Amino acid sequence: MAQSIALNLAQIAFVLLLSPLFAGILARCKELVQSKRGPSIFQPYRDLRKLFSKDERVPAGSTWIFRTAPYVIFIVPLTITLLIPVLTNFPLFMAFAGDMLAAGFIFAVSGLFFTLAAIDGENTYGAMGASRTRMVGFLAEPVIIIALFTVSFVANSTIPYIVQQHWVHPIANFFAPSHILLLIAFFMIILAETGKIPVDNPSGHFELAMVDESKALEFSGRSAALVKYGGYMKFTVLAVIFLNVLTTPWGLASSGSPAAVLLAAIAVSLKIVALVLAVVVVESTYAKLRLFRIAEFLGAAFVVSVTAMVTDLLHL
Amino acid sequence: MSAVIAELNALVLGLFIITTIAMTVARQIGACMQLFIVQSLLLAASAFLLGASPVSWHLIALGCVTLASKVVVIPWVIRALVPGEVHQRRELSQTIDVPAALLISLGLTLIGYAFALHLMRSAPSLSPGNLAMGIAGLLVGLFLLAVRIEAVPQLLGILAMENGAFLAGIAVAPDFPLIAELAIAFDVPLLAFIVALLARTAYRRMGTTEVGGLSALRERVH
Repeated sequence: MAQSIALNLAQIAFVLLLSPLFAGILARCKELVQSKRGPSIFQPYRDLRKLFSKDERVPAGSTWIFRTAPYVIFIVPLTITLLIPVLTNFPLFMAFAGDMLAAGFIFAVSGLFFTLAAIDGENTYGAMGASRTRMVGFLAEPVIIIALFTVSFVANSTIPYIVQQHWVHPIANFFAPSHILLLIAFFMIILAETGKIPVDNPSGHFELAMVDESKALEFSGRSAALVKYGGYMKFTVLAVIFLNVLTTPWGLASSGSPAAVLLAAIAVSLKIVALVLAVVVVESTYAKLRLFRIAEFLGAAFVVSVTAMVTDLLHL
Repeated sequence: MSAVIAELNALVLGLFIITTIAMTVARQIGACMQLFIVQSLLLAASAFLLGASPVSWHLIALGCVTLASKVVVIPWVIRALVPGEVHQRRELSQTIDVPAALLISLGLTLIGYAFALHLMRSAPSLSPGNLAMGIAGLLVGLFLLAVRIEAVPQLLGILAMENGAFLAGIAVAPDFPLIAELAIAFDVPLLAFIVALLARTAYRRMGTTEVGGLSALRERVH
């Protein structure tokens, strides 16, 4: 049990330490595609250090929600890290405390607090961004639900550690249409939930067009750092669910020895970098959708996930 | 059929129905046509996969005929005959907005699935998935025909229905006589040729290919 807890802590350390790096690589690669030099891949770490050492200001009329929200946003991805296989392919201490649905619900908590804090911050743009994020969230919800239905139909479980083993034993499962279509739908959901093009432009500075970013406008100092950090970790955690649970459950440590865990950390980092490159391709080749076209993007994701379920129900 | 081939075929079927649904919501004729090409490629892929083991020359020949007529000849005929401006136009008119069209297509897919389930109970076929997705493709193609106003997407709707019928056909009757397939291979490009000519003439006369608006005859008043 002690080893199990130690490994859980290692997983948290992995997410905590490397998330800003993945964000940095994403930003850098996007700039490189546009023939610019771009900031160093370690820039997110510097940003966080700067923000953590700055003074914090809060809007005069705001309540406790505005002050607590950054901590919730920061803690939630770390909580989910306890439930999912980040580095090991055997269940850890908290593995059976919650399944993928639970992970979805816990993410919803941070979304709720972020929304409330944005409205609480008394910035008009904050409330606008909050309502837009809710719109994207509502439209993404059915896709997530259908995707999880499909997972539970196919693998007879929604515990990530069990689902993970299902896709590759036997290998024919990997090519099952429900699996591939599920991956497409889930990838679209990752783009929508983490505010990437084509749903939202993460590097946009025009408040009227913002979806996700404008919620964080009023945060400063330590709160801003926590919100930013939470955003980086949310992407990493979703990427880990996508890669380790749904796509490629290879390269994980099968024993608890430090060498195996270190090797797994390297392998998982490489996988996440590969996903980041895929996101760079999507972000560089598509334009941001108009606000009311987002419904069509997520409608397409819904069609894909329902098709995944239907082809599985056929028992081909 | 080995397990991997069955899974790959199933994947092809899933992608087939997705491209068919995407055709109902594509916003440009060019995109619609590319989707049709992809759909025909997937039909051919399904025929090849089903014909691979045990080897069925009928299915392989069907795949080749599909590749020749629907991937090469028909897109070429349409591109050659319909004026370029028609292809470049963005924002095609549609009678139903996109999310609603998506949902209706999904509903049709489920109906096709339920229908195939009934059929399969009475007559087991080579690949039940092909039957289900073929019927679904047929229905979505019909829906595409109904929501589109322009001539070219309507033509693509007919062709999508035809693809769906073929997909269902190779599951029900894998040893379909080759002569019938060849007849269809000549028939369908001719159909494309005639509709493309019609669209070309309509565009010359009226500056639009929205044949959906031609339901009423109107006499010219001098």
